[in-house]
Amino acid sequence: MMTAEEIREIEAELAHYPVRRAGAIEALKVVQRHRGWISDDSVKEIAAFLGMSADEVDAVATFYNLVFRRKVGRHVILVCDSVSCWVMGYDSLRDRLSASLGIGLGETTADGRFTFLPTACLGACDRAPAMMVDEDLHGPVNPGGIDAILGNYR
Amino acid sequence: METPLTGNIRPDREPPDLPEYERAGGYRALRKALLSMTPWKVVEEVRSSMLRGRGGAGFPTGMKWTFVPKGPDAPRPKYLVCNADEMEPGTFKDRLLMEGDPHQLIEGMIVSAYAIEADVAWLFLRVEYALSAGRLAKAIAEAYGKGYLGKDILGSGYSLELYLHTSAGRYMCGEESGLLNSLEGKRATPRAKPPFPAVCGLWGKPTVINNVETLCNVPHIVNRGADWFKGLSRTGDSGTKLYGVSGRVRRPGISELPMGTTIREILESAGGMQEGYRLRAVIPGGASTEFVPAEHQDMPMDFDSLQAVGSRMGTGTMIVLDDRTCPVAMLRNLEQFFARESCGWCTPCRDGLPWVEKLLDAVEVGRGEPEDLELLAMHAKFLGPGLTFCALAPGAMEPLRSGLSLFRDDFLRHIREKRCPWR
Ligand code: SF4
Ligand code: FES
Repeated sequence: MMTAEEIREIEAELAHYPVRRAGAIEALKVVQRHRGWISDDSVKEIAAFLGMSADEVDAVATFYNLVFRRKVGRHVILVCDSVSCWVMGYDSLRDRLSASLGIGLGETTADGRFTFLPTACLGACDRAPAMMVDEDLHGPVNPGGIDAILGNYR
Repeated sequence: METPLTGNIRPDREPPDLPEYERAGGYRALRKALLSMTPWKVVEEVRSSMLRGRGGAGFPTGMKWTFVPKGPDAPRPKYLVCNADEMEPGTFKDRLLMEGDPHQLIEGMIVSAYAIEADVAWLFLRVEYALSAGRLAKAIAEAYGKGYLGKDILGSGYSLELYLHTSAGRYMCGEESGLLNSLEGKRATPRAKPPFPAVCGLWGKPTVINNVETLCNVPHIVNRGADWFKGLSRTGDSGTKLYGVSGRVRRPGISELPMGTTIREILESAGGMQEGYRLRAVIPGGASTEFVPAEHQDMPMDFDSLQAVGSRMGTGTMIVLDDRTCPVAMLRNLEQFFARESCGWCTPCRDGLPWVEKLLDAVEVGRGEPEDLELLAMHAKFLGPGLTFCALAPGAMEPLRSGLSLFRDDFLRHIREKRCPWR
């Protein structure tokens, strides 16, 4: 069931659009903000709320990189693997992160604290190699400084 | 040297608030346009300034605006969309403008919306730009509070609503028609053209889509005129340009310089190459442009000069290839991006790009065969312009096509020695 809070937030977005289904991406983002990710049930609820089929909502949900259709950890780490970051040492950053977290790309730590994902250019190529943890941009990240950064996220 | 776009941007990028922006001359263009110029006059001024779109394609902005139906019989509502989905690898210029001077963009959007008589403006921002989002939201609220947005702006009779929309992440959102689909809540697959968005865009209504840097130029053109704008430049393409450099240079970053500044000067603005690294080539304007070898360093970075050497200005933000980085691996990285971000709508791109990526991967690690070079060249041709539904695949082939000829010896060495010579 969608909460009153979720409904209120989605309705506020819908007010700007001439048709309800235009709010599909916004609705996915609102629900993800509250529940962390988009489960099959969330897809169905959003579909019913917007007058769409579940398949239509799922088609949208699976298209976008930052709509999570699988459970993610409390903090999501996005490491940029695009060209400028790659030139400036993405490989060693990824390896050090992987070692510190004890997981590979696409995985979540056993304690549910971090999910580790690759991402396309973060638009911080002047700060390469760059990464984002939740809404915080970090860069240039020195592999030696990783543990200090991760320590900020409990 | 004048730097109109970055004049208000402080080293720490803390943005001016509304009163500070106004003290620096902000919202004067808005007053001038709405209170003393007809929309058509604004279009004319921008058209004669020869401003070309700064998002990559370089289409003349004023001309784009003339395609929009005008007058009382035009379909309503009409939309202006600011494309702030900056996701082309190597491009990071619009972030500077949004973080450092959000009101400049808002003013540019209002004046541009007035020029095409739009009723609603959307600012389509990539979701990863969280800092920009907060600053833009604050600036928009301040502009509404001062009566620069909303009903009957400054008593001019012109009304505009402006909404900030953050995306959910996908390169295709930066493609004009993909962006429109995304704003409508759909997958960001591109649309067939024609009809063009100017006549049939968002929800079937006339829509103009402009890049952030493009829109930021507009208030200055309105304030100071087309001739002043042309005078900023050193070549036929007018204005200044936010040039960027990333890679092994001393101070990666953005500098606003006259249009037509040479590659060498732009590299110097970034402090030159890092100790121990030499310049081999640059990708001049983001991941989808062709490599330009170091020999061409004295070429002006502008639309026409780059076209003359078979590359493109793109976004004007160059990525440096140094002599200690494997060019084959760099190409593999570039193509991996495009393969992953392909929307999958058409077969050549959906199937071709992963194949290219796999071939490059094989060559790079030393499992390549001489035929692979032909296969790659074949892709570079068959995924070229006009053969796929949108420009993503042809764009992906630009660095590949140039890389195959420029770095041919490096490819052959990988294949012959069955290893990467850089490792
Ligand atoms: S070229 Fe690629 S990105 Fe463009 S429509 Fe075809 S599959 Fe989609
Ligand atoms: S390439 Fe990593 S932030 Fe642009």
